Amino acid sequence: MSTPDPATQLEMYRRMLRIRRFDETVKTLFDRGRIPGSVHLSIGQEAEVVGACMALAGDDYMVGNHRSHGHPIGKGAAMGPLLAEILGKATGVNGGKGGSMHLADFSVGSLGESSIVGSGLPVAVGAALGARMQGNGRVCLCFFGDGASNEGYFHEALNMASAWQVPVVFLCENNSYGVTTAFSRVSRVPDVATRAVAYGIPGEIVDGQDARVVYAAVQNAAQRARDGAGPTLIEAKTYRYPHHSEGPLYNNITYRDPAELAAWQARDPLPLFAGHLAEAGIADAALLADIEQAISAEVASALEFAEQSPWPDPAEAHRGLYRTPIAGFDHA
Amino acid sequence: MRELTFLEAIREAQEQEMARDERVFILGEDVSFNVYGSTGGLAERFGLDRVRDTPISESGFTGVAIGAALVGMRPIVDFTIASFMYLAMDQLVSIAAKTAYMYGGQAHVPAVFRAALFYNGGLAAQHSDRNYAMFMQVPGLKIAVPSTPHDAKGLLKSAIRDDDPVLMFEDGALWGSRGEVPEDDYLIPFGQAAVRREGSDLTIVAIGSRVREALAAADTLAKQGISVEVIDPRTLVPLGRATILASVAKTGRALVVDVGHRSCGVAGEILATIAEDGFWSLRAPLKRLTAPDMQIPFSPALEKGFYPDTAQIVDAALALVQD
Repeated sequence: MSTPDPATQLEMYRRMLRIRRFDETVKTLFDRGRIPGSVHLSIGQEAEVVGACMALAGDDYMVGNHRSHGHPIGKGAAMGPLLAEILGKATGVNGGKGGSMHLADFSVGSLGESSIVGSGLPVAVGAALGARMQGNGRVCLCFFGDGASNEGYFHEALNMASAWQVPVVFLCENNSYGVTTAFSRVSRVPDVATRAVAYGIPGEIVDGQDARVVYAAVQNAAQRARDGAGPTLIEAKTYRYPHHSEGPLYNNITYRDPAELAAWQARDPLPLFAGHLAEAGIADAALLADIEQAISAEVASALEFAEQSPWPDPAEAHRGLYRTPIAGFDHA
Repeated sequence: MRELTFLEAIREAQEQEMARDERVFILGEDVSFNVYGSTGGLAERFGLDRVRDTPISESGFTGVAIGAALVGMRPIVDFTIASFMYLAMDQLVSIAAKTAYMYGGQAHVPAVFRAALFYNGGLAAQHSDRNYAMFMQVPGLKIAVPSTPHDAKGLLKSAIRDDDPVLMFEDGALWGSRGEVPEDDYLIPFGQAAVRREGSDLTIVAIGSRVREALAAADTLAKQGISVEVIDPRTLVPLGRATILASVAKTGRALVVDVGHRSCGVAGEILATIAEDGFWSLRAPLKRLTAPDMQIPFSPALEKGFYPDTAQIVDAALALVQD
């Protein structure tokens, strides 16, 4: 396993903490009725998100999904415009037109997030194909869940990426549940990674709670992709502590064993990584506390920015449908 | 001037654009062997990377085109048969059409989706769709339906250079038709309807191959002293409303002819536009001739009569003018 240097490891920890505190803040705002629509939190999944994103170069591409507040943060995006977007403010990354499920920050290679399960998979293949045709050496990381691996998209995308040896890394965030349906109830194979065999590409299962493990796997896969050897399917075993989405829908449904949740929380990625940093002599308790404080301040500042930002001009709803507007057409 | 067929004009547009801009590439099923006749010689000239045969994965390769467009390429997707677009519906509707808006202008999808319309050919219900009207319900897509080889080349070149997703529907009834096509580079702007024939008694707005039928009908009607103006919108999104309304203001009568289905169709949309903004110039009720709201049968004996032809147009026009 290639070990990232101490500075990189500290940055990994910071980004994991950012995602955790960001989503906790989003939950608080949602519970107070401040967020339109629905939100899908990834609390518990921070290690695989950050491990994968930080294994890429800054200008590599990344495609997310509906549970994707963490993905752009993992890729290095600033939190203020992301939070402003979730609140529907004019300063949001998408100007308030996308919201929680469509956060995109193209400045850090985040090519957007689709709330249609699985639909980002072929888009990621296309981004990678485009990168290869342009010869810029970039790869595309594609996040998707275990649920998406049962969409036709998964199979079409893996087949095309493999047939064409496209520089893409498929990262399955297997949190065991599609909404309330356990993956084991809708698939006869326990692991998504085994499906790689059908497409002639490597399939690897990694501990999604350990950012270093995910980092190493994605780094190898990205290098392989850059070398022209094609795609890799990596399955990170992880868990989301919250339900599929926030709100009262799940209050009276018991689809998960509380012991299962507790077992995963016992290996929470944040203390796990903090323990590693201490053990490796990279961060002592004082430094970890400083990081905690700094991230809390960052999130507070992002929140202040988002809350104080103006609402979009209502006229903006009628703009931006086309990139090339057509003179004289009011819908253009 | 030299003449080309409709298909040759499309091939030439693609070849010229690929030569002009290395970001342009074609992907679709069986494109390198030129099975459908619009990519002849392109694989030989530009290589299999840029004339890319795909697996039979319509939603997948549509998503691939969108992803490539997001990072700066300009793909042309060849669906070969418009009915296959349904397999890619999610990518067309939820991704291609929504990306520029949903991401607040951070990105756009400069991709062209070519779809051939095969009907009246005994291909039965699943290969005979004339489905452009369905996509008019999707904000964010631009839609072209050329009726001449000249326009096919000029509209396709405009589509390739456009920064938004464009669906280009190629009426199979026109594929073999010949017409004058300049060899040089020219663009036909979207949203400008063509007046194919000037007249004073009746406006006929016709889509795709029905322009030809409408012109034939106008010839027949002229012999009976009826002067028909024939309008070809060329693009349905944006729709050249001004040209249509100006024509109806002159003639006071309107008939729309389309091989698509009747309900919620192109003809209905154009007539609604006239009813809303041109009502006071009307001298007769509005009229549309379309395919019926039926599935397309296989037997030629059954499919016959499904699409409005010259005789039907003449009859409808006479009824309107004599009303």
